[in-house]
Amino acid sequence: MESNDVTESKVTEQAVTANATAPAQAATAAVLVLEDGRIFRGTGYGATGTALGEAVFATGMTGYQETITDPSYARQLVVQTAPHIGNTGVNRDDAESRRIWVAGYIVRDAARRPSNWRSERSLDDELIEQGIVGIQGVDTRAITRHLREHKTMRAGIFSGDAARAADKELVDAVLASAPMEGARLAEEVSVDKAYIVEPRDFGWDGEPRFSIAAIDLGIKRMTPIRFAQRGVRVHVLPATATLADITALNPDGVFMSNGPGDPATADTQVKLLRSVLDAKIPYFGICFGNQILGRALGFGTYKLRYGHRGINQPVLDRRTGKVEITSQNHGFAVDAPLDGATRAPEERFGRVEVSHVSLNDDVVEGLSCLDIPAFSVQYHPEAAAGPHDAAYLFDRFIELMADASSKTETDTKTATESKTEDTK
Amino acid sequence: MPKRTDLKSVLVIGSGPIVIGQAAEFDYSGTQALRVLKEEGLRVILVNSNPATIMTDPEFADATYVEPITPEVVEKIIAKERPDALLPTLGGQTALNTAIALDKNGVLEKYNVELIGANIAAIELGEDREKFKGVVERCGAESARSHIIHTIDEALTAAADLGYPMVVRPSFTMGGLGSGLAYDENDLRRIVGQGLQYSPTSEVLLEESILGWKEYELEMMRDKNDNVVVVCSIENFDPVGVHTGDSITVAPALTLTDREYQRLRDISIAVIREVGVDTGGCNIQFAVEPDTGRVVVIEMNPRVSRSSALASKATGFAIAKIATKLSLGYTLDEIPNDITQKTPASFEPTLDYVVVKVPRFAFEKFPAADPTLTTTMKSVGEAMAMGRNFTEALQKALRSLEQKGSQLDFSHVPEWEVPELIEKSKRPTTDRLHQVQRALLGGATVEQLFEASKIDPWYLDQLQLLNEISLEIRQAAALTPDMLQRAKRHGFSDEQIGALTHNSEDVVRGVRQALGIRPVYKTVDTCAAEFAAYTPYHYSSYDEEDEVALHAKPSIIILGSGPNRIGQGIEFDYSCVHASMALRKAGYETVMVNCNPETVSTDYDVSTRLYFEPLTLEDVLEVIAAEERTGGVMGVFVQLGGQTPLKLAQQLADAGVPILGTSPEAIDLAEHRGAFSQVLDRAGLISPKNGTAVSFEDAKKIADEIGYPVLVRPSYVLGGRGMEIVYDEPNLSRYIANATEITTEHPVLIDRFLEDAVEIDVDALYDGTEMYLGGIMEHIEEAGIHSGDSACVLPPITLGNNVLDRVRTATLAIAEGVGVRGLINIQFALASDVLYVLEANPRASRTVPFVSKATGVQMAKAAALIGTGVTINQLRTAYKMLPETGDGSTLPLDAPVSVKEAVLPFSRFRTPEGKVVDSLLGPEMRSTGEVMGIDKHFDTAFAKSQAAANNALPTEGKIFVSVANRDKRSVIMGVKRLSDLGFEIVSTGGTADVLRRNGIQATPVRKVAEGSSAEGEGTIADLIIAGEIDMVFNTPSGGEARSDGYELRAAATSIGIPCITTVAEFNAAVQAIEALRTYEWSVTSLQEHAAALFASQNAASQNA
Repeated sequence: MESNDVTESKVTEQAVTANATAPAQAATAAVLVLEDGRIFRGTGYGATGTALGEAVFATGMTGYQETITDPSYARQLVVQTAPHIGNTGVNRDDAESRRIWVAGYIVRDAARRPSNWRSERSLDDELIEQGIVGIQGVDTRAITRHLREHKTMRAGIFSGDAARAADKELVDAVLASAPMEGARLAEEVSVDKAYIVEPRDFGWDGEPRFSIAAIDLGIKRMTPIRFAQRGVRVHVLPATATLADITALNPDGVFMSNGPGDPATADTQVKLLRSVLDAKIPYFGICFGNQILGRALGFGTYKLRYGHRGINQPVLDRRTGKVEITSQNHGFAVDAPLDGATRAPEERFGRVEVSHVSLNDDVVEGLSCLDIPAFSVQYHPEAAAGPHDAAYLFDRFIELMADASSKTETDTKTATESKTEDTK
Repeated sequence: MPKRTDLKSVLVIGSGPIVIGQAAEFDYSGTQALRVLKEEGLRVILVNSNPATIMTDPEFADATYVEPITPEVVEKIIAKERPDALLPTLGGQTALNTAIALDKNGVLEKYNVELIGANIAAIELGEDREKFKGVVERCGAESARSHIIHTIDEALTAAADLGYPMVVRPSFTMGGLGSGLAYDENDLRRIVGQGLQYSPTSEVLLEESILGWKEYELEMMRDKNDNVVVVCSIENFDPVGVHTGDSITVAPALTLTDREYQRLRDISIAVIREVGVDTGGCNIQFAVEPDTGRVVVIEMNPRVSRSSALASKATGFAIAKIATKLSLGYTLDEIPNDITQKTPASFEPTLDYVVVKVPRFAFEKFPAADPTLTTTMKSVGEAMAMGRNFTEALQKALRSLEQKGSQLDFSHVPEWEVPELIEKSKRPTTDRLHQVQRALLGGATVEQLFEASKIDPWYLDQLQLLNEISLEIRQAAALTPDMLQRAKRHGFSDEQIGALTHNSEDVVRGVRQALGIRPVYKTVDTCAAEFAAYTPYHYSSYDEEDEVALHAKPSIIILGSGPNRIGQGIEFDYSCVHASMALRKAGYETVMVNCNPETVSTDYDVSTRLYFEPLTLEDVLEVIAAEERTGGVMGVFVQLGGQTPLKLAQQLADAGVPILGTSPEAIDLAEHRGAFSQVLDRAGLISPKNGTAVSFEDAKKIADEIGYPVLVRPSYVLGGRGMEIVYDEPNLSRYIANATEITTEHPVLIDRFLEDAVEIDVDALYDGTEMYLGGIMEHIEEAGIHSGDSACVLPPITLGNNVLDRVRTATLAIAEGVGVRGLINIQFALASDVLYVLEANPRASRTVPFVSKATGVQMAKAAALIGTGVTINQLRTAYKMLPETGDGSTLPLDAPVSVKEAVLPFSRFRTPEGKVVDSLLGPEMRSTGEVMGIDKHFDTAFAKSQAAANNALPTEGKIFVSVANRDKRSVIMGVKRLSDLGFEIVSTGGTADVLRRNGIQATPVRKVAEGSSAEGEGTIADLIIAGEIDMVFNTPSGGEARSDGYELRAAATSIGIPCITTVAEFNAAVQAIEALRTYEWSVTSLQEHAAALFASQNAASQNA
């Protein structure tokens, strides 16, 4: 299996989870409190204490380790709809980042004993070690239905002593926590130092074909790997990277990753992307990177009722008419017109079309610029967890970079020729 | 609107009789297909020889041919109907093989018929093992190392490379027929020898052993735009080595990481593309080495399969329906998901529950068979259950099996037994789950049992969890809420909790309900609650939130028949489905309760609401309570699903549940020997002398009194379980000693056995005043052979009007005397012109579908309406459901003749020495299914029934005859006729002498007992195996010829030639053979038969 050569770098470990203390005992009482006052009682899982965040449900039947280590889940309490969690334990290869990011974890039946040839330890132990407060034994389907009907909301998991407080106090604590709207989290989860992911470490023979600057807004480990496997050297840069940081690398393309929080707060990245687009550097964005492209083009973003979080989401590629089953994890979406090509509100970027759309609810799942070399998708072609149907998008970006470089050569040539003519 | 407008008519091939490996699931998928094709406006032509299917109901197709599924017959249908297309992927291997044959022999091209849903190249790539290996390789995946061989010598060479043990798989057989594991050269010679016979291409694959690996299966769909989705992943609890149909299976896969799962998904998609499955479903099986994760592709089925039916029920994704739409040119994103309505079918279902399927076996019917589970499927049915965790689903599934000992046993395990249990669990048998669980309970470790059984440690730990909870229950001071809650959450039944706490089931239920610990009902929605579900497809769980919606009308609950088993099969599901259809049409809300994933009844839109639940009293009472609290219950039907619901009748009534139709008291009247004989006495009817015994002394006294031979059997059984004809006292003593469950509540019934009697079966409707006699069936085999295994004919061909009148009078008297409201089935025997009543069953019977198809009258639908108070008179007039005048006993003389023939599974079962089990028929039922032959006259109808049962009668060649002394006189005429027709008669010993004295030149051959001659001349068994004989006629005699008889029947069974064991059937066969040589085989649809019959009836009634 692929090993992780991503440089581990220090990060600001913003404690998303408060009061994580001792390991939960099997019989530790725990309670999940939703901001609208609905309460579910279960027992503790992982660390004991309090976890506050936005309650969301994820419907994947596999890939819990990838889910909890996906930075996009920062400050969220994740409900797993799959009833058995932890069956295959945790291992060093499947983590999607350097730590667990979910603020709290809600499962129905936690495994007592992991079983898998790659398992190194139990999920329970891992949660305890990383101080992640969880709850088990609750009706996860009821919670999911509640969130579906009453939209995603703030919630708290309280276990051990914390669970003993009066319900009213617990609801107040939840209401006092910060909402996801307006949350600026990318900088919190991003690395603070750049590192390079080399193709040769992922089975690519020979020299890299291209190099890109990938802005880490909460990047998953698999994303640079997918590039590297295709011969693309990836310079992963912190969320605070500037245009100068990028141009210093002279990349063939710029990539912006997935990440947590409200895209409406990502002004820094939107500004950065606009300058990248102005410079006609090929751009590819995933998830948060799609929302940033949307905003850079002048579209708005909005919060979905309960988001798309699963690995079974059908998306139509409008260019080919084909359906791909995708991995998704987004609570916000781009508000762009679905019908045909339109002029971007930021007119200098020319025409744009919605390239991909969710077959479940017509949400914008991809944007493609027709006049500048830029596109993005809302879902996760890097998968991990999830199906590999959309892996072709990495190839598409490589083609875009290839086209751009040949075009640049032609442009330069043409420019030179016309200059020559001018001088005549 | 179909995307393809060039298709106007389509021929669908069904799967034929229910056999092991190809069962009711193909009726489920076929019925879905027909509904889609009709909805899309195509003319639909169907061929299926199985009358017990819903798909052969005339309303599901425009032309329904109940004819043998052979290339010759299907060609006749094609020539007559000239369909534009043939859809072969929904009728199992039978349909696929037939389609391949029709392609190969040029019929499809000749009549310009397009194959849809599959193409021959793809089928061959998927099914031909060597070609498939190439596919797998091209997809960058691995197959087990293997060799294809065509001779024993090639097999031995291959063995040198692969080493033992190795897997042997014949090509192109279904349900793994003929497969096995060879541990040494002897095994190899034996299994390969048989395999070469079973394989239509005489081809066998030998393969490296991947025994003990984890086994997975992915169900896939692909459309013409190359969109591919995985509908479901299924994990086998039993590791590789046990046929997936015999394994406990779990959905979704629970012990794979995402990376491993996606690897399987990637391979599956690559394979489906490489094979070129254009549109539709397929499944791919994998083995994963537990220590390294190495993945090996085992096989694929490029068609809808048993697993796809299971996957459909498990996920709510209707694979067959969608596959049919895809074959018409739709794409997945154009097809809506019925359950969510808003989202398309181009997605992958995600489950928030666990599904467990457990197989149901029938080894008790084949005592000589080796119960080791292998790669040849042997189970006859299955139960599925859903729960919010594995333990809940497993325990529900186990109690759904309704088999004594199927539930886990938590009683104390003595320490000394543990090593024995661990040792036993090395060999996969039907008991392994219990052995493993009990070994753990006795103190063995998960590691020890993993080592022994290779069952994944996660599952073993789950069994250990159940064991731990059983101890908590046992140690609990009282029935506390915490204890009960925890026990129910892991699927413990009230009965189990009662046993562990020394309480009755009723007490546990009373306390539990008083404490408010009740199940909630969740919904199967394909999407883990991401979207609202509009289909009320429910399963119970001890969880927090209930999802049953309020309903406006009180519901009618129909209890289904549970897992298929020998004696209670698809015929009962047929009646349940018909009842639900008729009641919905009459404006009622119907609720189906059943746990059999193969069936049409558990399709989510057959009834208004579906509860996928075990059919135990506890589970049924909770469903009723859920329906009560959401809108009320009008009543419950217990007479349609066979013995399963019938035995709940009294307890349900005691719990205050209204029973629709025949009352529990009336059921009791029919079932209780003493009460029933009073009913007969009052009507002036007689039954064979009989008595009830609870001990050998009782039994001996009764037998002496009524005289041997006697028929002995336990009370309250279906399918003649444990029934035997006993000729003398020592055998009676042996029978009683072996019958384990004799109690005063369950005594042994002893009847005088009527030798040489004609058995008669009747299905009738009664509303309290009027009777409608659905049909009188005359058995071809004499009494003593279970009615389910006997061929029968309707209308009766040798019974005089006077007998029919007596049967009609007796039926009315019994229906009246018992107090039936709805269906009753009565078995009579006619001996020396005396009519005896053998038994009466106040419920839908196994023959209801056959009678309905043969007479064009929907008996079960009528019965359902009678249960709601509609009279037979109203059914005749207002409802037009029954003919205005007359009934099934007054069919005109030119009515078509229908023959029902049983299909037996002997070739599946092997003795520990590897021989097939004996194929003699007896009073214990062993058939798995049935076929129907319908034609103008008996001879051709019988010929059709034999061909449909895969026992096509020869029209030339060699016939071996060897009969018992008592039969010698009665066979001369028939054998002479065959000889005159040009058959070569081959015989041995006494039979040969008798034949020669009667002028029949019989070629003598050596008996098995004589062995081969010094010159190397083989015995009759050798000749049969060598394919020299075309039909065997052997009637057993008690003594000397017994072993000879067994050997030659076994030989005939193993190579699949007709083997006739009764004189009556032989005589029918002679008639049929003559007809086959005289008449051209003609095909007639049920619709045509019905039209002719009704015209004839109308003419008769106008003349009257």
